[in-house]
Amino acid sequence: MFIKQISVFLENVRGSLCEMTRILGEGSIDLMALSIADTVNFGIVRIVVKGSQTDRAVSVLKGAGYTVRVTNVLCVRVLDRPSGLAKVLGLVDEANISVEYLYSFFRHAGDGALIILRLSDPEKGAKVFAENGILMCSQEEIDAL
Amino acid sequence: MSNRSSARIYNPNMECMSRDEIHALQGERLAKTVRLEYENVPMYRKRMQEAGVKPEDIRTLEDLQYLPFTEKTDLRDEFPFGLLAAPRSEIVRIQGSSGTTGKPIVSGYTENDVEVWTEMVARAMAAAGVDENSIVQVAYGYGLFTGGLGAHQGASRVGAMVVPMSSGNTQRQIMMMKELGVTHLCCTPSYCTYLGETVREMGIDPERDLKLQGGCFGAEPWTEGMRQHMEELLHIDALNIYGLTEIAGPGVSFECLEKQGMHVNEDHVIAEIIDPATGKQLPCGQAGELVFTTITKTGMPMIRYRTHDICVLDDRPCACGRTTLRMGRITGRTDDMLVIRGVNVFPSQIETVLVGVNGVAPHYMLVVDRVNSTDTLEVQVEMTEDMFSDTVGHIETLRKTIVDQIKSVVGISANVRLVAPKSIPRSEGKAKRVIDNRKL
Repeated sequence: MFIKQISVFLENVRGSLCEMTRILGEGSIDLMALSIADTVNFGIVRIVVKGSQTDRAVSVLKGAGYTVRVTNVLCVRVLDRPSGLAKVLGLVDEANISVEYLYSFFRHAGDGALIILRLSDPEKGAKVFAENGILMCSQEEIDAL
Repeated sequence: MSNRSSARIYNPNMECMSRDEIHALQGERLAKTVRLEYENVPMYRKRMQEAGVKPEDIRTLEDLQYLPFTEKTDLRDEFPFGLLAAPRSEIVRIQGSSGTTGKPIVSGYTENDVEVWTEMVARAMAAAGVDENSIVQVAYGYGLFTGGLGAHQGASRVGAMVVPMSSGNTQRQIMMMKELGVTHLCCTPSYCTYLGETVREMGIDPERDLKLQGGCFGAEPWTEGMRQHMEELLHIDALNIYGLTEIAGPGVSFECLEKQGMHVNEDHVIAEIIDPATGKQLPCGQAGELVFTTITKTGMPMIRYRTHDICVLDDRPCACGRTTLRMGRITGRTDDMLVIRGVNVFPSQIETVLVGVNGVAPHYMLVVDRVNSTDTLEVQVEMTEDMFSDTVGHIETLRKTIVDQIKSVVGISANVRLVAPKSIPRSEGKAKRVIDNRKL
């Protein structure tokens, strides 16, 4: 039910993101989703790659000197139409769970958008989604995209 | 200038003796202090026994060289009362400063010691032209830090009207300075510069609108260039004053209006210059580490306290009439201590904080600068896996914890910047932890 996300620490200086993506490219790592949280001084880049590439991506990044962390996140299928996302977030809110952050996949799954969610209580979130018929993607389903 | 005419020698009997008379007095008082330490302070007794020195061996000033040194770490190890030579009931004051690793160091003063300290600062005030007609604004911080109370006591002793402003609130400082007709200012040289620049920005002409004549400035290293700038900004005679909590506080030495080095109060302290590597005494005129021995204190006397400040001593008589040894400006340190906004900062203190927050010490670098006459400290910390998180909130909380801990341990506000791993240059051998961009 969870998929693996790799977070990378970057200093907020020109060229740092370019350098990181170049290193991943040279390692033949295929990015499937990416988001950046930035502050004045630093940024956190979060990426998702195929399950089979996660370990290699981590070792390529660490080998290049980056500070890296792997986190379990949820990936839900949301209908790509108005209020599709609102419905999912409504359920999260009703269950008193906070969204730490979210972002979307580059690719679609059929008529659904894929949203990556980091929740304050991931287990409870997954249970709420399951009970309400919200489809969550497994790592295998992601890998097949 | 009226300042020059009112400057006087506060205690000519002690400040204008011949060199032989000073040396004889120092030898006599040294012998008494050594006996006091040997009989009352276990650490000193043990050190002297280890060095094979008995109190009766110390008779003259020449015997000083046989005595063991005291280090700042000794004050930390014996914190808080291990080095007291007087009963606790006789201690009437505690002053302190930050230590090298987070634990503060304190010094206990008997009534006699407060009196000695006051007399030393009074001499500095008199040399700066302060008398009973003066109004002295003290803009050093009041508290454990010796600056505020030290200047306050000394100015009161010569009969001046004291304005105890403490540090900060620049607009109010200037308002009081103008409205009260303050004649002398006491603060750090960098704060004096800031006050001077603000005065000019406010359109106040010091010569026309203020009555300032001079002041005693210390607690941080400064230069002749800064003196010139301060004197021009505020139209004053800016005099240097030196001291340290371990020995008494400000007033251990002070400049007269000749501005040719700081007169050491030699009837209360003995100053030596040593080779920091060998510990051997060096003659006057040679640069080395400054070492002080107190010879009149009774609460927490110090024998051969190593200041780690580097300077030169001069025993030639001064045109002012004083015969006491003069210290040149502090030109450096034998250790890695920094003075930032008048506060002593050791990189090891910052390291202690980082270990406390993270469990292990990440690579770090202290970058010190001076912006608008105010010292700034940036602590660059390399991001480690232990510290890293996928959410900004967690990392910001961690950063804020480091900022708060530095404030509480070191006593100054620092900007903490998290930087990429391996971005701080590695050096072979001893790690370089400090970049000081201040133009001193």
